[in-house]
Amino acid sequence: MTFFDYETLKLIWWLFIGVLLIGFAVTDGFDMGVTVWLPFLGKSDEERRVIINTVGPTWEGNQTWLITAAGAIFAAWPLVYAAAFSGLYFALLLVLFALFFRPVGFDFRSKLPNPHWRNGWDWALFTGGAVPALVFGVAFGNLFIGLPFHYDDTLRSFYTGSFWALLNPFALLCGVVSLTMLMMHGAVYLQLRTEGTIQKRAQKAAFFAGLVCAVSFTLAGVWIAYGIDGYHITSMQDVNVALNPLTKTVEKSAGAWLSNYHTYPWMILAPIAGFAGISLALLSARFQNERTAFVFSSIAIAGIILTAGFSMFPFIMPSSTDPVSSLTIWDGVSSKKTLGIMFIVTIIFLPLIMLYTSWVYRVMRGKVSVQSIKDNTHTA
Amino acid sequence: MLPSAEVVDLSRLQFGATALYHFLFVPLTLGMTWILVIMESVYVMTGKPVYKDMTKFWGKLFGINFAMGVTTGLTLEFQFGTNWAYYSHYVGDIFGAPLAIEGMMAFFLESTFVGLFFFGWDRLSKEKHLMVTFLVAIGSNLSALWILIANGWMQNPVGAEFNYETMRMEMTSFTALIFNPVAQVKFVHTVAAGYTAASMFVLGISSWYLLKNRDVGFALRSIAVASGFGLASILSVIVLGDESGYTTGEVQKVKLAAIESEWHTEPAPAAFTVFGLPNQTEERTDYAVKIPYVLGLIATRSLDEEVTGLIDIKNQNEARIRNGMQSYADLQRLKSGDKSEAAVAAFEKSKQDLGFGLLLKKYTPNVTDATDAQIHKAAADTIPNVFTLFWSFRVMVAMGVLMLFIFTASFYFTAKRTIGKQTWLLRLALYAIPAPWIAAEMGWVVAEMGRQPWTISGILPTYLSSSSRTTGDLYFSLTGLIGFYTLLLAIEMFLMFKYARLGPSSLHTGQYFFEKKQAEVFHA
Ligand code: HDD
Ligand code: HEM
Ligand code: HEM
Repeated sequence: MTFFDYETLKLIWWLFIGVLLIGFAVTDGFDMGVTVWLPFLGKSDEERRVIINTVGPTWEGNQTWLITAAGAIFAAWPLVYAAAFSGLYFALLLVLFALFFRPVGFDFRSKLPNPHWRNGWDWALFTGGAVPALVFGVAFGNLFIGLPFHYDDTLRSFYTGSFWALLNPFALLCGVVSLTMLMMHGAVYLQLRTEGTIQKRAQKAAFFAGLVCAVSFTLAGVWIAYGIDGYHITSMQDVNVALNPLTKTVEKSAGAWLSNYHTYPWMILAPIAGFAGISLALLSARFQNERTAFVFSSIAIAGIILTAGFSMFPFIMPSSTDPVSSLTIWDGVSSKKTLGIMFIVTIIFLPLIMLYTSWVYRVMRGKVSVQSIKDNTHTA
Repeated sequence: MLPSAEVVDLSRLQFGATALYHFLFVPLTLGMTWILVIMESVYVMTGKPVYKDMTKFWGKLFGINFAMGVTTGLTLEFQFGTNWAYYSHYVGDIFGAPLAIEGMMAFFLESTFVGLFFFGWDRLSKEKHLMVTFLVAIGSNLSALWILIANGWMQNPVGAEFNYETMRMEMTSFTALIFNPVAQVKFVHTVAAGYTAASMFVLGISSWYLLKNRDVGFALRSIAVASGFGLASILSVIVLGDESGYTTGEVQKVKLAAIESEWHTEPAPAAFTVFGLPNQTEERTDYAVKIPYVLGLIATRSLDEEVTGLIDIKNQNEARIRNGMQSYADLQRLKSGDKSEAAVAAFEKSKQDLGFGLLLKKYTPNVTDATDAQIHKAAADTIPNVFTLFWSFRVMVAMGVLMLFIFTASFYFTAKRTIGKQTWLLRLALYAIPAPWIAAEMGWVVAEMGRQPWTISGILPTYLSSSSRTTGDLYFSLTGLIGFYTLLLAIEMFLMFKYARLGPSSLHTGQYFFEKKQAEVFHA
């Protein structure tokens, strides 16, 4: 790959990982949101089946955004994959255990008529949506604060914090942001795919979740501005070559997480998209403009995730105990060759994926109702 | 400080257990998708509804299995990071690529269309639905390809080089990674094993319907597909298995000798040990029963090439360990800041044995001060557990021979149109359903335990690969994962048996055994 220099490739990969994470949150996000609402908005077995069938045929492909994001982080940011996943061991296990419920939940639930069986799986699906949605936010929150890890001279990472320390107030607030964001998204999606009573309930649900999301997003922003020290790089070698993370210097300072907005004022568009997306989604939902509501709620998600990414740029995983060990998009990455090859693979396959995914959605489009489920034998 | 040896062992146990769980479900997915493609193609071409019902019924069982395949695969995707962090750092530059490509190229395809396979029957034309089924099959088989490229690279790490600036291996040739001969043979052998498993599954369950005299037409047609596809598959597993995989790669040579429990290099062509009790401490095989020539033929496909014995391999490795100590010293010099041309050149010269030097980390943190006794120990470590390899391999081969017989017989009687009259064969096929699973699990034990003490053959010892976690963390995750999976496996087996017993009646078409029986009762 002589096409781009190393620095550009490093930047591109920061964007790609962002795209994968946003892809995950926008697509599997509504699956998770829908299953969080499942036990509450579905009052009878039939209603619950309606809710499940809005996502049943497509959730699996959506989850692949997450799997691929993990694979892509491994390939493009191996140091991040290693340090973050081993450091956040219990948080990841928690997410995994919750995710286990989804494939089996969706597939096994309606295979037996027993109501206890079905109710049990409904709560399992709830867990499979709520826990990851919450934990991902908490993890992001902790990235802002910095994680207690450091490297030795062979670049072996050591994590010195406990699981409980992750549950600090700021991180929990971020957890609320991500949980309610996906709950809003799920409810908006339900409104789009259902009719009658379920649709009405979904409309109320979206309003509630969107409101909490907007408020907590605001609070998190204020907290970052006044309550949390950010990190910034004080010296670094040329970013166009292969870097060992231990060769830079990093400092903590108040307000550092806002400095990018001074340097690149256009970045302010991200939080604006977050707020505007939420407001316009709720407004459209109110006027039964469901398709538009869904688009805006997707924009809100993209805006919120980009806000986090922009604020921390170029940091990916700052270290609170040994700032030098912090991982950035310049030194947590793969070799130029690997980034180049993976770049080609991605620009070929990502558009293809979007193409066939939208075809599948076209085939499965339309409202799901109690009647449509009774008429059709191919449902869950 | 390195994580304790106990952490490493527990991490191995956890990886082995979760991978073996995953591979309970993988083979059926790999093979069943093609069987569904065959059945549905017949439906599209002939328009006979029974083939549509076959696709749907076997598809239902496939779905129950698929859900567990995804549930267990998720863990593996994250586990390299959670439990093998140093490994991920050290080789992620190469190893991560096939995993990411697998996601983009295979998982997306498989997972996006699998929903449409189940839910799309009434929304798609016959041809389009067949195309969807086909894409699911392609997707799952591509996923096997990429993960086996990753796994093949661990066995025979080509196209990569150590970079002392970043302290890790980096990719030098992507094509070498893809066209790794070990990965290629692994792919053929493993997917064919999956096809065999699915054929055995369909054959065995259909045989049971015949034994019970239920849904005979449905069962006979299923047997016709399964016996033909199964025979071709088992032949591929046995004949195409491991053609060239043993001529390249250090670890592969050790495995071969260990599988055969061949301690001393014998003059070509070597004899094959049918039975024996390998004794690792004495370095001999007790009670060995041998057939002349056969090993040479299997292993090298020639009568005049030698199979190197374990003791010779061990001695060669000892020399490499000594060279590795030098390499480690050269690396220390570079790391201490001396980047002079001489220092770089010295390291370039010795670095191919750096991995062997790292084997000593288990005995002395400084490596360069190792005693002769420690070097002997490290060299002995390079020979994996011979007893396990020897017997796992034989169980796999025995299952292969058994299935070859079953598929040949079923195919023969199907062709003669008398299948179903031989109750002994039906019974045998039913009881042999677990055989491909036993063989596949044993195969992975051979492949993975045979790679010890390395995670990356000749480059990174297992001892150094794990994350810096505590034994408590590992006990927690190990119990949680095994508990969870065992529970879900029990539920899955329950549903699988229930639906297999119900048979095509579960489709509610009104055409099959239980529905007719009910209808009769109703009218009486
Ligand atoms: C030879 C085949 C093979 C092997 C060795 C592995 N897998 Fe696998 N995997 C498959 C063949 C497969 C499959 C056939 O594609 C599955 C099995 C059932 C299924 O649902 O798809 C699958 C599913 C599957 C999934 C869920 C994908 C989805 O949502 O569709 C993940 C994340 C993984 N696997 C990851 C792994 C990892 C990280 C492995 C390495 C340790 C691994 N698999 C070994
Ligand atoms: C699904 C099929 C697989 C099965 C059944 C399987 C089986 C096993 C077993 C039994 C072990 C334990 C070996 C021991 O510690 O003695 C193991 C370890 C391991 N395997 Fe596999 N394996 C599979 C696929 C893979 C693949 C595809 C990879 C890599 C891409 C892989 C990488 C590893 C690693 C990193 C370890 C732990 C380190 C080690 O003990 O060597 N495995 N596996
Ligand atoms: C009958 C003759 C057979 C021979 C000679 C044979 C040979 C081998 C060998 C040598 C390995 C180790 C590969 C390595 O570590 O590189 C292996 C692995 C394996 N075998 Fe077999 N095998 C046979 C039958 C079967 C059968 C019947 C199945 C299942 C249906 C099976 C499934 C597997 C699997 C899943 C692996 C692990 C993946 C791999 O390394 O390729 N084998 N086999």
